[in-house]
Amino acid sequence: MRYIRPLSIEDAVGELARAVGPAAILAGGSDLLVRMKGGFIEPELIVDIKAINGLSDIQETADGFRIGAAVPCAVLGENKALRKAWPGVVEAAKLIGSKQVQGRCTIVGNLCNASPAADSVPALVAAGAKAVIAGPSGKRTIAVESVPTGPGRTSLAKGEIVEAILLDKRAPNSGDAYQRFIPRTEMDIAVVSAGVNLTLDEHGVIKAARVALGAAAPTVLLVAEAAQVLVGSKLDEATLERLAKVCSGACRPIDDKRGTIEFRRKVAGVLAKRVAATAYERAGGK
Amino acid sequence: MNFDPRYSNRSFSSVGTRPIRPDGVDKVTGRARYGADFNMAGQLVGRILRSPHAHAVIKKIDTSKAEKLAGVKAVITAKDLPDLTDGDAAMYDILDNCMARKKALYDGHAVAAVAAIDARTARQALKLIEVDYEVLPHVTDVDEAMKHHAPLINDAIFTEGLEEKPVKPSNVTKRTQYGHGDVHQGFAQADFVVERSFKTEQTHQGYIEPHACVASVNPDGTAELWVCTQGHFVYRQHCAQLLGMEASKLRVTSSEIGGGFGGKTHVWAEPVALALSRKAGRPVKLVMTREEVFRASGPTSATSIDVKIGAKKDGTITAAEATLRYSCGPYAGMWAEIGAMTAFACYKLENVKTVGYEVLVNRPKTAAYRAPSAPMAAFAVESAVDELAKEIGMDPVDFRIKNAAQEGTRASYGPVYGPIGIGPTLEAVKNHPHMKAPLGLNQGRGMACGFWFNFGGQTCTDLNIGMDGSVSLAVGTVDVGGSRASLSLVAAEELGIDYSHVKAIVADTSSLGYNDMTDGSRGTFSSSMATISAARNAIKVLRERAAQMWDIGVDDVAWEKGHAVAKGEKHGNLGKLSLKEIAAASGKTGGPIAGHSELVADGAGVSFATHICDIEVDPETGSTRVLRYTVVQDAGKAVHPTYVEGQYQGGAAQGIGWALNEEYIYGKDGRLQNPGFLDYRIPVCSDLPMIDTQILEIPNPNHPYGVRGVGETSIVPPLAAIANAVSNAVGVRMSHIPMSPPRILAALEAEREG
Repeated sequence: MRYIRPLSIEDAVGELARAVGPAAILAGGSDLLVRMKGGFIEPELIVDIKAINGLSDIQETADGFRIGAAVPCAVLGENKALRKAWPGVVEAAKLIGSKQVQGRCTIVGNLCNASPAADSVPALVAAGAKAVIAGPSGKRTIAVESVPTGPGRTSLAKGEIVEAILLDKRAPNSGDAYQRFIPRTEMDIAVVSAGVNLTLDEHGVIKAARVALGAAAPTVLLVAEAAQVLVGSKLDEATLERLAKVCSGACRPIDDKRGTIEFRRKVAGVLAKRVAATAYERAGGK
Repeated sequence: MNFDPRYSNRSFSSVGTRPIRPDGVDKVTGRARYGADFNMAGQLVGRILRSPHAHAVIKKIDTSKAEKLAGVKAVITAKDLPDLTDGDAAMYDILDNCMARKKALYDGHAVAAVAAIDARTARQALKLIEVDYEVLPHVTDVDEAMKHHAPLINDAIFTEGLEEKPVKPSNVTKRTQYGHGDVHQGFAQADFVVERSFKTEQTHQGYIEPHACVASVNPDGTAELWVCTQGHFVYRQHCAQLLGMEASKLRVTSSEIGGGFGGKTHVWAEPVALALSRKAGRPVKLVMTREEVFRASGPTSATSIDVKIGAKKDGTITAAEATLRYSCGPYAGMWAEIGAMTAFACYKLENVKTVGYEVLVNRPKTAAYRAPSAPMAAFAVESAVDELAKEIGMDPVDFRIKNAAQEGTRASYGPVYGPIGIGPTLEAVKNHPHMKAPLGLNQGRGMACGFWFNFGGQTCTDLNIGMDGSVSLAVGTVDVGGSRASLSLVAAEELGIDYSHVKAIVADTSSLGYNDMTDGSRGTFSSSMATISAARNAIKVLRERAAQMWDIGVDDVAWEKGHAVAKGEKHGNLGKLSLKEIAAASGKTGGPIAGHSELVADGAGVSFATHICDIEVDPETGSTRVLRYTVVQDAGKAVHPTYVEGQYQGGAAQGIGWALNEEYIYGKDGRLQNPGFLDYRIPVCSDLPMIDTQILEIPNPNHPYGVRGVGETSIVPPLAAIANAVSNAVGVRMSHIPMSPPRILAALEAEREG
């Protein structure tokens, strides 16, 4: 096994592109090291990206925020501007693992691990976040929901690295929120989860909405129909019930050790209602 | 030595206080040495290859490629652990469990092992071992395993305990029955009868420290083993027998223990480590991973239980009956029998009958788990008792008080009770402020009772007095719950000296006579009895030495508050001699002063507890939150109240996890789906409220201080108390443990749909 710590993204991309055997990218390592210790993977090359210039920074730009791939989730929580603009994204990142894990883990790692139950991903999808990808043939920017293609699989080509996540500058009267269902209070993986992002007009009517569900299908689901239910409403009781129904219907869950199909379906709807209410309140709606 | 173990009422100066434990600083600073902290020069890393199949014939194992890998020093299979059990069926099962002989009987069953210079080489070597399996149909569910066409796990098993000897083999190894009176007649007298069926899933003790040992076999055939265990003397017996050694040639030292709860009461990997060391000629360290702990060390039984109880309008129970089916893993056990014995032990019953069935399944070998088998039986019985109280229209506490066993009651499992604590715990619960606290929306309160036998057993203790008057206490029961502190208090009490002058250690198997292991809540009960006996023997020597120093007869010397006192008018003018003074002179009065004790601690007093639990249920998701929890339990006499409370809280915490989320989940392929703490959900700190405790002290007549074991009873009531609380919160009777959110939500949806 070879461990390298390149100083530039070009070097990192080059090493990954040239790798012959299995290669892995190391940021916080909270997924990678567990998988290595469990004997699930034995990479021949490990590329540690933490020394690469700019990858450990959160930049506030004219367009919004640029979050480097090596920024630990705990650092997201310490960024006041980000917390104010995207509280749903931050609260999702701050649910991963434990306090200790949050000091290491990153939202890019969470995205590229490609688990349908990843906590930060439904929040990022609801937020309309984009992934900046560096690769052998240059850079490209895609919607985060286009990164995972199935459990443990991504659309990244050999040699490609997600170097940053972009979040838009916040429109006025906007709010987002995320919740997951776990049987315990912490240290757990989402059985099902929901992220909602809303923008209201000056009368409190929802004018834009994005609704995402986690652990409800092989990848995080962006439920367009749920957004349509919300747009034009002031989140009255009937809208919430329709939202729950649409979200439950959109699920394509499985029975596994963490929950049943029926449970995930039902609770996806319940969470969507609760999360929409929080997002609405954060957007200033009453 | 004549030792009188009977209780006598007295006042205490050390017993009942709460000093800091002698092992505390080491534990909080990380200096304490646990199983994996021992190391030897030249030691190898041992690792075990485990079956990926739930049930398979091992046709052939080819280890040649692994043996050729550089750095591999030994590879073993069952051939290297020949059967020396000489017809001892229980030991044969332990041997087969350590290393599968003909068939792999569960996912995780050991089939081969390697010792190599490092972990990486050992892992690679495991991959080079080729095992040719013939996969067989499997069965993991206790009810499925009892069906006629279920895959047969062992075709040499014919159910014992039936009236007619069966002609066909079966997965049911044994039927047992307990009770008295005539239940048929009893039910005929009942105005109300409740009949319910229950299931509980398999849980693991979840001790934080995985099994770990270092084994070193010398060329002369002697050996040493450093190991995390609840009973190093028992491990020595097991290992010596399985490896064909004399017990005295194997010295076993127990490490500090990061939890056992019954799971470290018999060997799992230690004989494998010894066999590897014997073959490699070097020490071998073997540490299980958490995945191995789940897949291949002993969880408790999964169960299926039917209960029927009848009562008159006035609340008198007229008959009680239960059928209990317990999974044993692939080897015979007596788990259902213990369930059948404990099921109705809390009650005074004229007509009672319990039947237990021991059932083989393709799961790991069932091991003891804190009051083994009792929590599941209590869950079924105490749920039905609550239902019956409801039908009669009686308060559940009053209903239980009316039917509670008392001194002189013939227990449902046979013996007649002496003084017991079930009535007092119920009265204490009835008067507890917790029972009167208000409840909010979707909140419910439940209570339940529990019983455990407790155990005494063989015990050997040495008490040595140093020349400076300080005291070394060597005990043979592993300290799993603060017993070194408790036993030091007992030695200080008897000798009349301060706790700070006593240092207790757990001695190795070559330094002390045989001790049974720390199980059955016996550690403090039995070793305190032996410590009292050893201290009294030492006091006899101290009096003799004082008599010598004074040149008077020993009968004129009494021992009072740490001093020899000359008695009688003749000697009234002699000043007292302190223990310290007598010890300082010991070189001139006959040499070292010590007290020794070996005894069988009989008469462990039975133990009862009643718990109260408040729970909130989210009706939209089935999520639960334990809001408040109270344990009331009889300790006989609490030697160190803090550690008694710790036992009460620990049992309740484990019971809460079991009741709500913990379970072994098997796939259709018979493989364990959740062998890790991520998906085997024990509670985390934030899941639990502060668990309140109330210690009652109803003296055990068979112990000088009245001590009863306290370690296990606390896990018996929680499953039922929580199930009753959930039922009272949302009006749905939960009959399947754990009451995970999907199960609660499904039950609520079924209720809503009518």
